[in-house]
Amino acid sequence: MTIDRRKFIKTAGLASLAGLVGKNVLGQDVSDVIEPGSFDRLSGLQSPLQARRWAMAVDIGKCEKQHDCTKCIDACHLVHNVPKFDNPKDEIKWIWKEPFEHAFHEQENEFQKTDLIHSTPLLFCNHCDIPPCVSVCPTRATWKREDGIVMMDWHRCIGCRYCMAGCPYGSRSFNWRDPRPFIEDQQKDFPTRMRGVVEKCTFCDERLAVGLLPACVEACDVGALVFGDLEDPESNVRKLLNNNFSIRRKPGLGTQPEVYYIIS
Amino acid sequence: MYDAGKIIIGLVVFLALVSYPIWYDAARGDIPTSADPKIVTAEKECVAPTDYMKDSHMDLLNQWRDDVVRKGVRVYTAESGRKFEMSLSHTCMDCHSNKSEFCDECHNYAGVNPYCWDCHIEPEEVQQ
Ligand code: HEC
Ligand code: HEC
Ligand code: HEC
Repeated sequence: MTIDRRKFIKTAGLASLAGLVGKNVLGQDVSDVIEPGSFDRLSGLQSPLQARRWAMAVDIGKCEKQHDCTKCIDACHLVHNVPKFDNPKDEIKWIWKEPFEHAFHEQENEFQKTDLIHSTPLLFCNHCDIPPCVSVCPTRATWKREDGIVMMDWHRCIGCRYCMAGCPYGSRSFNWRDPRPFIEDQQKDFPTRMRGVVEKCTFCDERLAVGLLPACVEACDVGALVFGDLEDPESNVRKLLNNNFSIRRKPGLGTQPEVYYIIS
Repeated sequence: MYDAGKIIIGLVVFLALVSYPIWYDAARGDIPTSADPKIVTAEKECVAPTDYMKDSHMDLLNQWRDDVVRKGVRVYTAESGRKFEMSLSHTCMDCHSNKSEFCDECHNYAGVNPYCWDCHIEPEEVQQ
């Protein structure tokens, strides 16, 4: 009961080293072995937001008009205690921006709507229908919930980073260093992470549970982020997708992202 | 019996050496004989009977953790029918906000050091 993750990994590492060297003592082959302040959380819990298939639509045009706006990123990174590192190698990101040709690799044409080519779309965890990160996780620390959210159980993550190798979108970050000293404005409502675990966006499962929309959606005051249930024909996302042309990242991989980009 | 005197002296010396750490601490007067966790809340009852909490609060916490994170269930109904949000930082620490005099008091005594606080944020305590 007193064993923590680091000790477990150290012991497991030593044990497998012993396994490599040969036989263990028994002679067996071991190689196969939320809102701060007044918000009443309890009553919020009585009216959670639920869906059969959560999805996000990003209106690239609307977003792009707000030149260099980072309200959604700031809100997300604040409520989730995401640290800010100067060294890009240590970077932790739940929402970020990238040039169009990186984000939509192989979907860019040499000549295309210029504002699109020069845009820097917002990127999230795609909460794929067929998430490669989930298939490779050896501890089931990440899995797909029935409502489509690709969840993280930070208690189970052993920091092997298979999921990062599996994710074709770069949506996962690894804590190389203790994040605590690099959190500017620590929020007590959400636990931080620790050195040696992977983290990413969870579509704000902790806010949905108390009836709040994801922090980024709430922070965007031009309505460029629309979140809702794709299985509900009356939902805003569904209507938006029915009436507009949209693309998704790296469709050829067959992961079926649940983050859609509206091209207007 | 041969050399009874030597054997007895030897035994006494042996016992004295073996029990030295106990003597030493007793002489310095800092043997913790029991832990004395302080309850600061005005509430009368914990989320489960006190005896169960003493023995098994870590199991309850693991249960809460799995219910919340893995099953998406966040409300816990106590035997009294009272509802609580299953949360370490909110629920437990709202009533037991004196972590150092409560949780740590026992844990130091028992020599356990839960790693929860590497991530979960400790309540701010007023320094006396
Ligand atoms: C509603 C307020 C409240 C909440 C919430 C609460 N406790 Fe308690 N707890 C108490 C009170 C009051 C007592 C003392 C009961 C008694 O004296 O019989 C207590 C007793 C305990 C004890 C036994 C202490 C002793 O005297 O040996 C433990 C351990 C404990 N709580 C842990 C927890 C944990 C862990 C949580 C979260 C899962 C929690 N409590 C949530 C009020 C609370
Ligand atoms: C009555 C004394 C007592 C109090 C009060 C107490 N604990 Fe404990 N706790 C223990 C003991 C003893 C253990 C070790 C049990 C074991 O190892 O089998 C333990 C173990 C734990 C563990 C598991 C540790 C591990 O490494 O697996 C957690 C988590 C925990 N306590 C949380 C809390 C929290 C949070 C509080 C305060 C709200 C608290 N405890 C208050 C006595 C106490
Ligand atoms: C690696 C970081 C990390 C460690 C270590 C950790 N937790 Fe958590 N825990 C989290 C995060 C992050 C969440 C929130 C998950 C969510 O809501 O999406 C959480 C949620 C929880 C919850 C439910 C929600 C809440 O607010 O409390 C419980 C209960 C819990 N943890 C208990 C524990 C206990 C007990 C320990 C120590 C034995 C522990 N955790 C250690 C990161 C951690």
